[in-house]
Amino acid sequence: MIIDADVVTLSRLQFALTALYHFLFVPLTLGLVWILAIMESIYVMTGREVWKRMVQFWGVLFGINFAMGVATGVTMEFQFGMNWAYYSHYVGDIFGAPLAIEGLMAFFLEATLVGVFFMGWERISRIKHLLVTWFLALATSLSALWILIANAWMQHPVGAAFNPQTMRMEVTSFSKVFFNPVAQDKFVHTVSAGYVLGSMFVLSISAWYLLRGRNVDFAKRSMTVAASFGLAAALSVVVLGDASGYTVSLNQQMKMAAIEAMWHTEPAPAPFTLFGLPDEQQRTTRYAVRIPWVMGLIGTHSLDQTMPGVAELVDAAKGRIDNGVKAYDAMLTLRRNPGDAAAKAALAAHDQDLGYALLLKRYVDDPRQATPADIQKAADSTIPNVPVLFWSFRIMVACGFYFIALFALSFWKASRRRLDSQRWYLRLALWSLPLPWLAAELGWIVAEYGRQPWAIEGVLPTALGVSSVTAGQVLTSLGGFVLFYTALAVVDAVLMLKFARKGPDGLGIWPHAGSFQPPAAELGSFGEHHA
Amino acid sequence: MLDYATLRVIWWALLGTLLIGFAIMDGFDFGVAGLLKLLGRDNEERLVLLEGIEPTWEGNQTWFILGGGATFAAFPTLYAVSFSGMYLAIFLVLLAFILRPVGFNFRGKIHDPRWASLWDWVLVASGIVVMLISGVAFGNLFLGLPFRFDGDLRMSWHGGFFDLLHPFALLAGLVSLSMLLAHGACWAALKADHAIAGRAVKIARWATLVYAALYVLAGIWLAYGIPGYAVSGVAASEGVSNPLYTPVVHGGSWFAGYMQYPWFWSAPLLALVSALAVQALIGRRSAAGFIASSLMVGSTIASAGFALFPFLMPSSIDPRSSLTVWDASSSRGTLQLMLVATIVFLPIILLYTSWVYRVMRGRVTLDQVRKAHAGY
Repeated sequence: MIIDADVVTLSRLQFALTALYHFLFVPLTLGLVWILAIMESIYVMTGREVWKRMVQFWGVLFGINFAMGVATGVTMEFQFGMNWAYYSHYVGDIFGAPLAIEGLMAFFLEATLVGVFFMGWERISRIKHLLVTWFLALATSLSALWILIANAWMQHPVGAAFNPQTMRMEVTSFSKVFFNPVAQDKFVHTVSAGYVLGSMFVLSISAWYLLRGRNVDFAKRSMTVAASFGLAAALSVVVLGDASGYTVSLNQQMKMAAIEAMWHTEPAPAPFTLFGLPDEQQRTTRYAVRIPWVMGLIGTHSLDQTMPGVAELVDAAKGRIDNGVKAYDAMLTLRRNPGDAAAKAALAAHDQDLGYALLLKRYVDDPRQATPADIQKAADSTIPNVPVLFWSFRIMVACGFYFIALFALSFWKASRRRLDSQRWYLRLALWSLPLPWLAAELGWIVAEYGRQPWAIEGVLPTALGVSSVTAGQVLTSLGGFVLFYTALAVVDAVLMLKFARKGPDGLGIWPHAGSFQPPAAELGSFGEHHA
Repeated sequence: MLDYATLRVIWWALLGTLLIGFAIMDGFDFGVAGLLKLLGRDNEERLVLLEGIEPTWEGNQTWFILGGGATFAAFPTLYAVSFSGMYLAIFLVLLAFILRPVGFNFRGKIHDPRWASLWDWVLVASGIVVMLISGVAFGNLFLGLPFRFDGDLRMSWHGGFFDLLHPFALLAGLVSLSMLLAHGACWAALKADHAIAGRAVKIARWATLVYAALYVLAGIWLAYGIPGYAVSGVAASEGVSNPLYTPVVHGGSWFAGYMQYPWFWSAPLLALVSALAVQALIGRRSAAGFIASSLMVGSTIASAGFALFPFLMPSSIDPRSSLTVWDASSSRGTLQLMLVATIVFLPIILLYTSWVYRVMRGRVTLDQVRKAHAGY
């Protein structure tokens, strides 16, 4: 069956757009909910009303964001079946399980408790409400864990084998899937990024209040929480990002070589290219500024191991394609005659490379008929987009180090009670607001765009994963997403700005000045702003 | 250790349970949303209705999310074929699921009657779309759908959106719509201010009547007008999960299972008895009416599932490609692991869900809404 190239392109575009969009909201939920939990814990421990009001004010913004996260998350779950039907068939046996367990263990809890979080203040005791908030926070992070276990399997597919009778991958060991080392690194790196983003959100908006001289006590307290939580998270995101880099270099050598624009294997320890212009045509990096040793240290945590370059990996891919064709041939034999012993042995010997034979399907219907030129093209197609990865990675890392500096400064200022002493600092904190989003989206690009041409690394090429739908159908849904998502983005931004501008004072959650009198209105999510 | 066939039947039943869970739990949210303009005559009344579902709809929706995830994990081929085959219909349902959460959250955030009215209509539309399309999709399962597999098990689909609109499928859509509108009205009768609850009682009575008539009509049509599918020979219930390995013929009756296992009849019977019970009990405006409508929803879906068994999704153009419980499931290891996860977590889910309903119990009155929204 010939795969329609337009369907592949449009489906990939739609997936990237909807995933990047969804990932605008997820990290804020992940981070902000812990800040709410910390604030509410302080409220319950000290009994001071201002901390409860802080939970309620930041909770309003949390609620707007949470709704967007839920709405755009449904798309992700539908989309595998709608647009990636062959993918779903081919790996559903493994990939479906963590998604379903995410629903059972985490998302159900999160979605059920969020209503009580908003509307239960008057109905349950302080302690119970605090528990609800803590479980809500725990559930969001657990949710991320299971999603990242599924994602890690796409990057590093362990614990599964191809079954020629069912024409799909099937589980051989769930413990390998669940305790995938890539999953652990990804989980800590991703939730830490969310915690950084949530902290920056609170820090920046509070800085804006201080610049205006509004809600001063409220803002300083919020900033103190954000600074401490943010500093810990920023340190974790960079340190665990390094661990993540190390597992990538072990398991996805081509992705690593592309990130570093390392066209050829360098003598160990390899230098780190700080700056340069990767040229895909000539396979060289112009104007490269290099720091000796650093890459070897990051990538291999050693001084004597080499890291393979792009050219060497393309050569290796050719060998794997040859072996893959043998596996493909054996697979066809086994489909006709499941008992064929020679074919069984051949498949067992080469099933690790079966996916490489499938790379040929873009160029020839039957991989066994491939010419050397087809094989060369397929091997070249294993190189992801080097300039995009090179720059996305560098900007993301630069953001990471900047976050450490900014949160360290904030923490220092908070502990000396000088948060509002310098306006330049407050402006800096305010204008840093978009950076964690930039870093998070670039992180997604490095991880997922860097995985190309694979949907499942080494197992299933992305182009083969699509559904048998028409380009017109995908164009319709893509158009619908662009339209509705743009409209929702505008509404979301308007509401976020409106409520952030109004602030705790404007919403009647915390008074302008003088002694505090609790507002009468209940702060449900329909009613929180009516007082 | 359970054998493969037993695991497959258990997962078929669990999938049914999740679908019923979704229809009962989120069905009333959709029903109330669909009736929002009819039941709530002004903004305050609509706020009463919305606050009656607001604390719990999000958890309820998770039945659907979990149903999708469980289908992906337990019957990946069914997930792949149905979602990609009925592409545009599923996209419409997806839009409803995208717009509903933001509708609930954003409606009250800007004080402008036009803004509230816009989201009211979005909520009405999202309710109607989901209730109608899920019924139409279910009805199409009895007609068979136009797909086939090649040797690589890549599916191709040979139909478009409008091919789904067969009169029988539309009738199934109306059964679903009337059933869930009745269910939503039963919730409103229990939860909303008495001024609204009175209206809800009337609507529940009418909708149940319509539902019962259409349900019986659909049953008769199915018995006499829609040929069934059957696995020819002995089904390889322990066999390999490859749809092409099971020979299937088109012909015979969808009621064959009912003849073989007479206890299947308890499902349609219970559905009709529950419909009567709704008529009798709804006037009390208590939980009794809602429990009756829940039974009605659950047994209706069960009765359809029984008729289809062992089919999940028959193919109209290549019966051999049909998906059955025996040939479209995950591997034994996956079914087993997922069963353990379900046994551990489903009771916990039911536990905290019922705690939340208990915390949020009580009728939402117009007075409460007026007080909370003073100055609105």
